[in-house]
Amino acid sequence: MVQSQGTRQRYDVAVIGAGVIGCATARRYAIAGARVLLLEKAADILDGASKGNSAILHTGFDAPPGSVEAACVAEGYREYLDIREKLGLPLLRTGALVIAWTDEQEAALPELIDQARANGVDDVQMLSRQETLSREPGLAPTLRASFRVPGESIIDPWSAPLAYLGQALAHGAELRRNSEVLGGRFDGEEWELRLAGESVRARLVINAAGLFADEVDLALIGTRDFTTRPRKGQFVVYDKPAAALASHILLPVPTKITKGVVVCPTAFGNLLVGPTAEDQTDRRTARLVPEALAALRRRGEEILPALKEHTVTAIYAGLRPATEFKDYCIRSHEGLNYVTIGGIRSTGLTSALGTASYVFGLTEAAGFGFDAPDEIAWPNVANISEAGERDWQRPGNGGVVCQCELVTRREIEAALEGPLGARSLAGLKRRTRVTMGRCQGFHCSARLAKMTRDVFDTPMAERLDHD
Amino acid sequence: MTRLPAEVDVAIIGGGPAGLSAAAELKRLGVASVLVLERDSEAGGVPRLCGHSPFGFREFHRPMFGPAFARALVARAREAGADIRPATTVTSLGPGPRLTVTSDEGVAEIAARAVLVATGAREASRAERLIGGSKPGGVMVTGALQGLVYGAGARPFRRPLILGTELVSFSAILTCRHASIRPVAMVEPSERIVARAPSGLLPQVLGIPLYLATDIAEIRGGERVEAVVLATATGDVTIETDGVVVTGRFRPESTLARLGGLEIDTHTGGPSVDTCGRSSEPGFYAAGNILRPVETAGRCWEEGRAVARAIARDLAAPAADRGATVTLAEGPLRYVMPQRLSSDGPPALNELQLRADRPARGRLSLRAEGREILGHKVSVRPERRIRIPLPAGNYPVQVVFEEEP
Ligand SMILES: Cc1cc2nc3c(=O)[nH]c(=O)nc-3n(C[C@H](O)[C@H](O)[C@H](O)COP(=O)(O)OP(=O)(O)OC[C@H]3O[C@@H](n4cnc5c(N)ncnc54)[C@H](O)[C@@H]3O)c2cc1C
Ligand SMILES: Cc1cc2nc3c(=O)[nH]c(=O)nc-3n(C[C@H](O)[C@H](O)[C@H](O)COP(=O)(O)OP(=O)(O)OC[C@H]3O[C@@H](n4cnc5c(N)ncnc54)[C@H](O)[C@@H]3O)c2cc1C
Repeated sequence: MVQSQGTRQRYDVAVIGAGVIGCATARRYAIAGARVLLLEKAADILDGASKGNSAILHTGFDAPPGSVEAACVAEGYREYLDIREKLGLPLLRTGALVIAWTDEQEAALPELIDQARANGVDDVQMLSRQETLSREPGLAPTLRASFRVPGESIIDPWSAPLAYLGQALAHGAELRRNSEVLGGRFDGEEWELRLAGESVRARLVINAAGLFADEVDLALIGTRDFTTRPRKGQFVVYDKPAAALASHILLPVPTKITKGVVVCPTAFGNLLVGPTAEDQTDRRTARLVPEALAALRRRGEEILPALKEHTVTAIYAGLRPATEFKDYCIRSHEGLNYVTIGGIRSTGLTSALGTASYVFGLTEAAGFGFDAPDEIAWPNVANISEAGERDWQRPGNGGVVCQCELVTRREIEAALEGPLGARSLAGLKRRTRVTMGRCQGFHCSARLAKMTRDVFDTPMAERLDHD
Repeated sequence: MTRLPAEVDVAIIGGGPAGLSAAAELKRLGVASVLVLERDSEAGGVPRLCGHSPFGFREFHRPMFGPAFARALVARAREAGADIRPATTVTSLGPGPRLTVTSDEGVAEIAARAVLVATGAREASRAERLIGGSKPGGVMVTGALQGLVYGAGARPFRRPLILGTELVSFSAILTCRHASIRPVAMVEPSERIVARAPSGLLPQVLGIPLYLATDIAEIRGGERVEAVVLATATGDVTIETDGVVVTGRFRPESTLARLGGLEIDTHTGGPSVDTCGRSSEPGFYAAGNILRPVETAGRCWEEGRAVARAIARDLAAPAADRGATVTLAEGPLRYVMPQRLSSDGPPALNELQLRADRPARGRLSLRAEGREILGHKVSVRPERRIRIPLPAGNYPVQVVFEEEP
């Protein structure tokens, strides 16, 4: 625990960045008994790489064997299954099909199966064309063969980090939003991190700044040993009736640079096609490009021809914090009480819990220990996925506000409350899915504007005072 | 409020002009229990938030503002004895017919002898149109803008750009004016204004720059919209603006129907129906804008009333005939509705309704077994009504448009 001469501003651990990695890391240290501060520069958590991904909980069957990534993914996967019920988190055990569409791809399947086994995923199963089609009748009949990875699953990409952070807060962690770390100094014992207008002190600093992890390294330790090379991924999301077209995650045979375009169900009952893989220098904006989105539609229709008859209800893009290295860039800077977690490229949602444990192991080895609490709290997050009961199914919900996603008044009010409450429409969307459905706010904008008038940092609309 | 009934004669999904007129008519025809389920906090449908004229000619023989019109429709249905339940969303349909609904009380099941699906239409969102750029706040369809201005007394932006020139796009302009919002530009992808005069003259009258043959290439902004890049015939133009109203390109609100197993016509986007409004599933009917994009409130009201008469008849003596198909040949036409001709009872939908995808000239004809039974020369434009009288008799027909070169 913190020494008594410490002010309120003194923490055991300061985690920089509230992406999925930062949230899982804050949790890991908090449940171990550390006094944790999580600093996020944006108005809300999950505003960086973590805001737009495919939401697949990977088994790691295609990870490079022996890499840090493979270890963190495997451990993250395992721990998610272990704790998810205690936190109220969903799991859609869809399984994945890795589908070969050409001779060349078909020839590559055995090697991929060997790789899966090397990664400890040994329940994969080769399927002939016929067997594949009988499991997924909606697939274009031109496919050659596939193999099935039963463990690949779908989760809720926002509730998971929210739940990790919720558990951290239950263990005394603090979250500060709109708090960018601008610089800092290590005096041999403690860090002093400079924020706009104030500073905080912590024994250990963990840089989980995602796309900005290299820049934070430069600002704090004066050097960086990797450079972020953002890789954009665009997606199209189809309306709920399209979800009936596929029951598995449909993966292509991966190439060296990308896992390729995936067709997969979502935890919210939609169907998703994406992502693209486009290198760019901008770390902030993931621009949607109509031609790329149209190409995704076409690719989706090549895989599932009946998709032609379905409508797109949402489009989004995310940036992967890729670097010049293939593996994660996790470094413990001995003597500086400082750890960098960078380059968590395309598997961070899955690996977050594992990555947090890996980092915890590094700092433990460097001598950081905390007094574990007597008991661990398991606060539940509200379920917004189709996998469990939803609030609209229960009495006293206050009525449905967002009709497409069936979000109730009670759910919205809860998401606006407390230390983790949403402070922007984007944050409210991630917590409840309001306006994320087919009408994109046609029906609920007015009620939302009223409900959030005095809550959001920037209101959805100004008041009309007739003059 | 009393509990929802577990059983009714007719359940109507959607309390807009179509659903409310059907409810009033069913009661007038002596149907004992008619239940209207409306997900919004008040019944009335889209007109409830259209703080502008014209509504009501057909129904009340005078021009009315949307909200007054909506209230009048609700009052009529209620006086006729319909049970109207706002804040109640239908979440699924099943054979029977059977409905699952949710409200503040949680979930309930309702069994009905007949169900009318009158869930209306909505505009295509930015996502559906695959508009590129970043995703700032302040991009919305007309319906959302009207909700904010008339429903919440709020002003989401001050100088937006308006995409589209359909009738509803001009509703967007009127709504802006009501809130002292000054549109900076109106943008139309095609070469001409889609709506007819006089609405089409509005931008000129109000001094709003109009860009034809122009599309949005990119929306820029962080928290809020900052600019829009337009792709015009002569190159890109960047316009500073703080919002985008994405208007029109309506599509039926048919997800519930589709998930409920009703056959959907991919051309209209709504359920396939016969001339009596019967869908593919026994006991399920449809009327109003769910049938096709998009008609005026008056016509939807008329349609609801007419389909109500067919429902009342079927309740007394169920129809057996599935009807002969109406199909559409390849060409500039987008859809034809109804999709089947029924000989069971007088038609509720008494003409074939068509729309074109693009401007075209040529011969429009109706054929049976390859033989023309009706035909004339026409010139068609998108979003304009095209009508063909129903053929007499009950045999499959095809609508053909032979384009002039
Ligand atoms: C297209 C795409 C698809 C993907 N699909 C999957 C998938 O299916 N399964 C899977 O497991 N993973 C997937 N991923 C990967 C996963 O989303 C990322 O690995 C993960 O989100 C990385 O999280 P992070 O916490 O490292 O980074 P971020 O989410 O970027 O978090 C870093 C945070 O730090 C904050 N920050 C930065 N600088 C500062 C500062 N100076 N002070 C304070 N705060 C700061 C940022 O605002 C940000 O919130 C996908 C990613 C993309 C882009
Ligand atoms: C912005 C705008 C301006 C317009 N201006 C004019 C005008 O000036 N003049 C004119 O004549 N027409 C105008 N129209 C068109 C007119 O509003 C429509 O033609 C008319 O409202 C269609 O009636 P409807 O009953 O078919 O559908 P709607 O009015 O859309 O009603 C459908 C109802 O069903 C409800 N509903 C949907 N799903 C469910 C569910 N699952 N459970 C329960 N309830 C559900 C909806 O909430 C809605 O109230 C305008 C339309 C728009 C969008």
